[in-house]
Amino acid sequence: MKPLLEVEGLVKHFTVTRGFPRPVTTTIRAVDGVSFAVRRGEAYGLVGESGCGKSTVARAVLRLIEPDAGAVRFDGVDVRRARGEALARLRRRMQIIFQDPYSSLNPRRTIGQALIEPLRVHGIASGRAARDRAAALLDEVGMPASALDRYPHEFSGGQRQRIGIARALAVEPELLIADEPVSALDVSVQAQVLLLLRDLQRRRNLAFVFVSHDLGVVRWFCDRVAVMYLGRIVEEGSVDDVFAAPLHPYARMLRDASPVPDPSGRGALPRIVGEIPSAANPPAGCHFHPRCPEAGDACRAAYPPWRRRGERGAACVLV
Amino acid sequence: MRVDAAKASPLAVAPGRRAVARFLANPTTLIGIILCTLVVLSAVLAPLIAPHDPIEQNVVEQLKPPTREFPLGTDYFGRDVLSRILWGGRISLIVSLSAIAGAILVGGAIGMISGYVGGLLDTVVMRVMDVLLSFPSLILGLIVVALLGPDLANLIVAIGLTAIAPFARIARAPVLALKERAFVEAGRALGFSHLRILFVHILPNIVSEVLVMGSLWMATAVRTEASLSFIGLGVKPPTPTWGGMMRDGFENILDAPWLSIFPGIAILLLMLGLNMVGDGLRDAADPKLRTE
Amino acid sequence: MIGFVVRRLLSAVPTLVAVLTLVFVIVRIVPGDPALVILGDQATPEAVAALRGRLGLDRPLHEQYVDFLLASLAGDFGTSLVTGRSIISEVAAVLPHTLDLTGAAMVIGTILGVPAGIWAALHRNRAIDVAARMLSLLGLSFPVFVSGIFLLLLFAVHWRVFPVIGNADLSDPADRLHKLILPAITLGLVMAAYITRVTRSAMLHVLSEDFIRTARAKGVPWQVVVWKHGLRNALIPVVTVVGLYVGILIGNSVLTEIVFNRPGLGKIIVGALNQRDYTMLQGLMVIYCFLIVVVNLLTDLAYGLIDPRVKHA
Repeated sequence: MKPLLEVEGLVKHFTVTRGFPRPVTTTIRAVDGVSFAVRRGEAYGLVGESGCGKSTVARAVLRLIEPDAGAVRFDGVDVRRARGEALARLRRRMQIIFQDPYSSLNPRRTIGQALIEPLRVHGIASGRAARDRAAALLDEVGMPASALDRYPHEFSGGQRQRIGIARALAVEPELLIADEPVSALDVSVQAQVLLLLRDLQRRRNLAFVFVSHDLGVVRWFCDRVAVMYLGRIVEEGSVDDVFAAPLHPYARMLRDASPVPDPSGRGALPRIVGEIPSAANPPAGCHFHPRCPEAGDACRAAYPPWRRRGERGAACVLV
Repeated sequence: MRVDAAKASPLAVAPGRRAVARFLANPTTLIGIILCTLVVLSAVLAPLIAPHDPIEQNVVEQLKPPTREFPLGTDYFGRDVLSRILWGGRISLIVSLSAIAGAILVGGAIGMISGYVGGLLDTVVMRVMDVLLSFPSLILGLIVVALLGPDLANLIVAIGLTAIAPFARIARAPVLALKERAFVEAGRALGFSHLRILFVHILPNIVSEVLVMGSLWMATAVRTEASLSFIGLGVKPPTPTWGGMMRDGFENILDAPWLSIFPGIAILLLMLGLNMVGDGLRDAADPKLRTE
Repeated sequence: MIGFVVRRLLSAVPTLVAVLTLVFVIVRIVPGDPALVILGDQATPEAVAALRGRLGLDRPLHEQYVDFLLASLAGDFGTSLVTGRSIISEVAAVLPHTLDLTGAAMVIGTILGVPAGIWAALHRNRAIDVAARMLSLLGLSFPVFVSGIFLLLLFAVHWRVFPVIGNADLSDPADRLHKLILPAITLGLVMAAYITRVTRSAMLHVLSEDFIRTARAKGVPWQVVVWKHGLRNALIPVVTVVGLYVGILIGNSVLTEIVFNRPGLGKIIVGALNQRDYTMLQGLMVIYCFLIVVVNLLTDLAYGLIDPRVKHA
């Protein structure tokens, strides 16, 4: 079956030039060749620590940030080349929900206005019909219709996140990119929002690109997962495979560092070595080799090629 | 899976309403409002309450000190000072209001668009604004009026021009922060045009800052108009202007000191009122800026 | 440090060019023919053409621009149409008077304003603070020509302590001082009002910072905290506003000079406007622009000295 979203060799570098009279240019390789595919209705996780580039990938796919190189195809349509009408149509089919519920809604607009606006802009509905649809959307995310005339500041973080989800759903997308959707919420509220997302996924057959640094959440929500480190994917596979038996040393380190709430699973605390180097100056060869307990000469010499093992793969010489 | 009916926290009063409460609680602000209202009313009602015609000359009565008939005295041409002050208020208010309104529209638009677009355009525009800003209001206004000729419209343009750069600055700053906010990104993801984002989403969020600045600048506009009139570049006589009256008073300072005192007090009262209101607005709008 | 200074100097050049360009544009935006305006309606076409030639107005615009830029950067600001003397010499003749006035006003303003601002900040919301705020509000609401005239009325007309006309004899210091006092006080009070407000808010801001609380928690005596830690940091925004002060000073000194009938740059400007001394106006604007750029530069450099963070930017 043809994938809904295909990303190939996505690259995004940020250059900063400072200094006078001899300017110094620093290139931050936020995304350095990322490829993955998401099937219709599938929940695909993108995990990694701060600075690995996962949020940049999310935005580049939607062209909220313009990629420097690489291909993005949605249902076969070239996203990067789309313009005008075609881009507007694409925009309807891919949406995003943000991490910060406190800044994702315009404080000066009512909820109703926030939900109706996309309906009007895309010509989906207007007037009375739009209001009805907005109320229906609110109902779908578990909010009362009375919220339509209220302002964002009257709601809690969890409620605002639901409203943000409703707004994304207004244009009837087929793919939802969730950029750390629950990271800013209290733990009890996280569960509610996650359950809502799963519910929506089942009901609307939504595909997800779920970006998060929280492995536990990704484990629960996603079907497949990719682990990112310094702008590249280092391992990819089904959630069960990757978390039960990680191939890449970094994936293993991450997995060990995220505890499973199971008292019988007592074990030694994993060794976390070093800190994430800067994306402006990644180490030569394999990016992870300075921190890798199993690094060898081959690792220092060149970036390891991608090695497949069935449905999984990792960029490591040890695979 | 439902959530309980939206439970708004009891403290979640709209930030706007809190600001209004703060604004009205400040005694200085209230005095300022009273002063401004006084001046505005007297200017608006001038045709009704002025005892004499402000431009009618009456050489017999020239340079008389305050009397029952002429409560504030008369000037060199025998014109009633009180009536001239009442009518003169109109000029001060019209010029400063129009100039500031114009500056808000033009400067605000420039700052908003420049901040949103960013990049080279922003750098260039802001450099130009910096240059404009480095001219003191009076000198800039002086030059413009001298070049264009002194009449009401040119005066408004000149004073408006002196205020454009500050408003561009004040409109631009919040835009730089706002355009990184998630709801702007959401708008773009939803396919909203840049125009829509600018005017529907960003503009309402900078309106309050701009208006606060506007009220503070009203006082400056009044002062610039009075100063230009004093130098002789204001609205041409016989239209009464406060600055022009002070110039007359200055020329007759040894014979008729009251000619300088009363218009001076009028200018002072209006500026005091405007400054108090402006300060109050600024303090109410952003408690973080408050050093009270 | 040297690098910082050099960088700042070099970045001042494009600003200077931009400003000079602006002057060029403004002066040529005058609707109508400046030569005609100068000579009046009765002038013959030949006279007008001759004047245009003398002024260099018949040359192509870009040539005029280049000449103008080069001349300004070389220090040649032109000659007055009315007196025929070089603008520099005209300015030099009156400069001492203006410098006297602005210098004295800044001194008065600082002596009154800085302590008042600090004092007010230290006694926040008490009687002293309220009084300081009221007074500075009053000072800001008095346009300088109004306060000047009031003071003139009181001290020169009513009490005859000071003279009404302020044309001082530069060689006689006593006379100079005598004619200086009233105008300097007038202008100085305006400056004091601004300086009080800025100092007060800067001081309040700094005093609320965490590092002050840390110093106090460590037991450092309050005086030392205020003077050593607080004041130094509070002075930073005060210094950066110096550029703003120069603008305020210049605008207000023009008015003050008119009110007190003092010779100075202000009277030259107004005179040039009234007499349509076109080249004088242009030259004055150029001088003024140079002044602004220099002041901004000095402020930047001073800022670099006071605030170590800036040097390494």
